[in-house]
Amino acid sequence: MKRLRYFLGLIAIVATLTIVIFYPIPSLLAWQSIFLKRVFFVLILCGLFCLWRILIGPTAADRAVGLDIMGILILGFCAILGIPTGRDWYIDIGIAWALQSFISILALGKYLEGRRFDE
Amino acid sequence: MIKRVILFIGAFFTWIFLSWDTDMEHIIVGIAIGIFVSFMTADLFEKRTLILVNLKRCPWFFYYIPLFIWECIKANIDGAYRVVHPDLPIRPGIVKVRTTLKSDTGLTFLANTLTLKPGTLTVDIDKENGFLYIHWIDVKTQGVEAATELIVHKFERILKKIFE
Amino acid sequence: MNEIFGLIFIIVGVAFDFFGCLGLVRLPDVYNRLHSSIKCVTLGTSSILFGLFLFKGFNEAGLKALLCILFLILTAPVTAHVLSRSAHKSGVKLWEKSVCDKYSEDKDALS
Repeated sequence: MKRLRYFLGLIAIVATLTIVIFYPIPSLLAWQSIFLKRVFFVLILCGLFCLWRILIGPTAADRAVGLDIMGILILGFCAILGIPTGRDWYIDIGIAWALQSFISILALGKYLEGRRFDE
Repeated sequence: MIKRVILFIGAFFTWIFLSWDTDMEHIIVGIAIGIFVSFMTADLFEKRTLILVNLKRCPWFFYYIPLFIWECIKANIDGAYRVVHPDLPIRPGIVKVRTTLKSDTGLTFLANTLTLKPGTLTVDIDKENGFLYIHWIDVKTQGVEAATELIVHKFERILKKIFE
Repeated sequence: MNEIFGLIFIIVGVAFDFFGCLGLVRLPDVYNRLHSSIKCVTLGTSSILFGLFLFKGFNEAGLKALLCILFLILTAPVTAHVLSRSAHKSGVKLWEKSVCDKYSEDKDALS
């Protein structure tokens, strides 16, 4: 039963990745930016995994872990989006998001531990 | 006092680097924010500021960085193998190891390095007695001394030469 | 030439991100999930940022990406440490097939 579930998941993931990456490219002129936009969909799949963990996590600590990983992934989103669009200010959004996520995870950890914020 | 001056220079150059503009307004705001940051938060940092400017310590630091990156890559391949394998080959557990580092900076670097090393994750630090509690994903031994020999010894030897 | 190397770094980084998030779904308890995901996601995102630096060269976005790598390597282990300690103190049990738990033994001996 466990083996069957593993192989079903493997087939689903491999099929999704194959459809996303090897879908025929219409023109070879701008293949780099088209390829980067497709790589971006893989990162969106990672974000859906994190949202799944935030949704069904049995304890509060699981949800905090999903939030932390999501905050680091958004930095990767902003870094990849800066290349095909040619806008340099996406990395600024990424830096600000990562700093804010770090501070909020520290505060959330103190709250889960059961202490006050000013100790 | 020299601690505050060095922190001011660091904060000012980080501000210039992030705003990426050398107008008069940016420089004035950067000086104001640098003075504020350096006078508010300088007490949190270490007493011995100029510890890395030393001919005995500096080459060990440049030896430490490539070793750290190599351990990171090995940790990633190991973690990907454990995740993809159908039977999940893990035997997790929290073990206790002993360390001989005393300074705050050395302990912080040791804990961060052990978190990014293959197979280990630092859970808590007991600073008075010198113990680290480590979550190990594939427990080989449960004794304190044997686990110290397997996990901590390689990096502790280098960090003791850098920060002690 | 730089763009080819940049694409290789970005593909490797996205692959490691994907394995880390797969570990977030598959592994059995909080510590193992944190264990798998924080390593793979940290080095994968650093690799993506280095690919951005190879694309952009020495200008505004590239140097900010290098600064971002330094910041990420310094702060990601700290969040892992804080989350695992607070999970243990808020009473999350380990997986039932775990081998040993010296931390809760020592905490029971102290209190």
